[in-house]
Amino acid sequence: MRFANYLLLCSFSFSSLALHAQTTQDEIAKYRQQLADGNPAELWEMRGEELWKKPAGPNKQSLLQCDLGKGAGVVKGAYAELPRYFADVGKVMDVEQRLRHCRMSIQGLSLEQANKQPFGAAGKPSDIEAIVAYITSQSRGMKIAVSTQHPQEQRAYKIGEQLFHYRGGSHDFSCASCHSQDGQRIRLQDLPNLLQSKGAQAAYSTWPAYRVSQGEVRTMQHRITDCYRQQRFPVPDYASDSITALTMFLAKNANDAVYNAPNIKR
Amino acid sequence: MRKMMIGVSAVLVLAGCASVSESGEDFAKSTLALLQLDFKSKGPATLERIVQRDNAQALCSAANLPSSAQAAEIEASQLAQVKYPQDKSWLGDWKKGEAIAQNGRGMQSSDVAGSSNGGNCYACHQISKAEISFGNIGPSLYQYGKLRGYGEDLQRYTWAKIYNAQAYRACSVMPRFGHNGVLNEAQIKDLLALLLDPASPVNQ
Repeated sequence: MRFANYLLLCSFSFSSLALHAQTTQDEIAKYRQQLADGNPAELWEMRGEELWKKPAGPNKQSLLQCDLGKGAGVVKGAYAELPRYFADVGKVMDVEQRLRHCRMSIQGLSLEQANKQPFGAAGKPSDIEAIVAYITSQSRGMKIAVSTQHPQEQRAYKIGEQLFHYRGGSHDFSCASCHSQDGQRIRLQDLPNLLQSKGAQAAYSTWPAYRVSQGEVRTMQHRITDCYRQQRFPVPDYASDSITALTMFLAKNANDAVYNAPNIKR
Repeated sequence: MRKMMIGVSAVLVLAGCASVSESGEDFAKSTLALLQLDFKSKGPATLERIVQRDNAQALCSAANLPSSAQAAEIEASQLAQVKYPQDKSWLGDWKKGEAIAQNGRGMQSSDVAGSSNGGNCYACHQISKAEISFGNIGPSLYQYGKLRGYGEDLQRYTWAKIYNAQAYRACSVMPRFGHNGVLNEAQIKDLLALLLDPASPVNQ
């Protein structure tokens, strides 16, 4: 017994900070693995599917005729190819801009109604987060295949790239400040290098995610919006072309990853 | 004034050249227009602060770093703008410095305008040995003074580095805390004490 205590003490005194950090990372990985069994995001996916299929809005229509890019009513695999150029509106849209377009054009919602509650809060669940959880779940296991063939898609990518590197604000931060090198951390939080396909794939293919710390499913839209807050930038409009351009840049960099979301994160 | 104008036009030319498409679209210009359209000021995070930029921000916003001549120009102009303490005393209270280094709040759209800002130094640096939750974007500052000495030259350098990191390295990812008004003179003195007071836990 005494010997065992001695060993324990010994191992503590030998443990360096690097070792401590590594152990912490291992523990976090284990924690994530345990959480993945029974991801609460399933509840969002189910609610989203109901909302998708239920007649709603002034027109009392469901979203079953919504064209997410693969034809009216096709949800399977649609998210893996978004953002994309939509000829009917003549512009590139991400999933949330397209969903808003469908809710307005098919269900008859006003812009204000279609923008309402994009992110859930305690006691105020978001229909948008639920529907996006459903749409994205229908691309699970598929390869991300975002195109930049159309000139407008290429343009969105180029502007996204500009936004990624754009430094400004009180702290001179850009996305690149934290996400352009391998192996970097903020405190103990690992930061993906979003300029390399490996980092972009790992990050992009796992959003939306159920955030254990927030008790909500959070979308890519939310992730980018909150990054801008931490970057000390003003607030981007919900489903704006800026977010779509940046999403295009990230999605294209993540191409060929097997999509695995809604996921679960800290 | 004239020099500044030349500097600004050089920025525009460089930004323009780097980002014009085959169709002739200037993506840097389009991006600026989009930011002005899509982003709304809230609290201390204002639109003005992201659209009205100096050369240290504009020249450091490309995928590639600026040329060595431009980098030298940024460093010289930033160093020339450093304001040193009036009373020539450098060290404040390391305990307050530790609190500033821990505090990650300030200048976000979710913060109250005019509230006291943190430095959030631990986000990127190891500093005291007791705090094991530290980032690695910046170098370790543990035993900063003990390893380098406590002379006035180092105090002056450290002041300028915190006040304006780009005075010594163009395009450094470290915020220009004094230059951009994130931390005030008393707070920078407290951070200097954290790093350079022989009694600070950092130097044990």
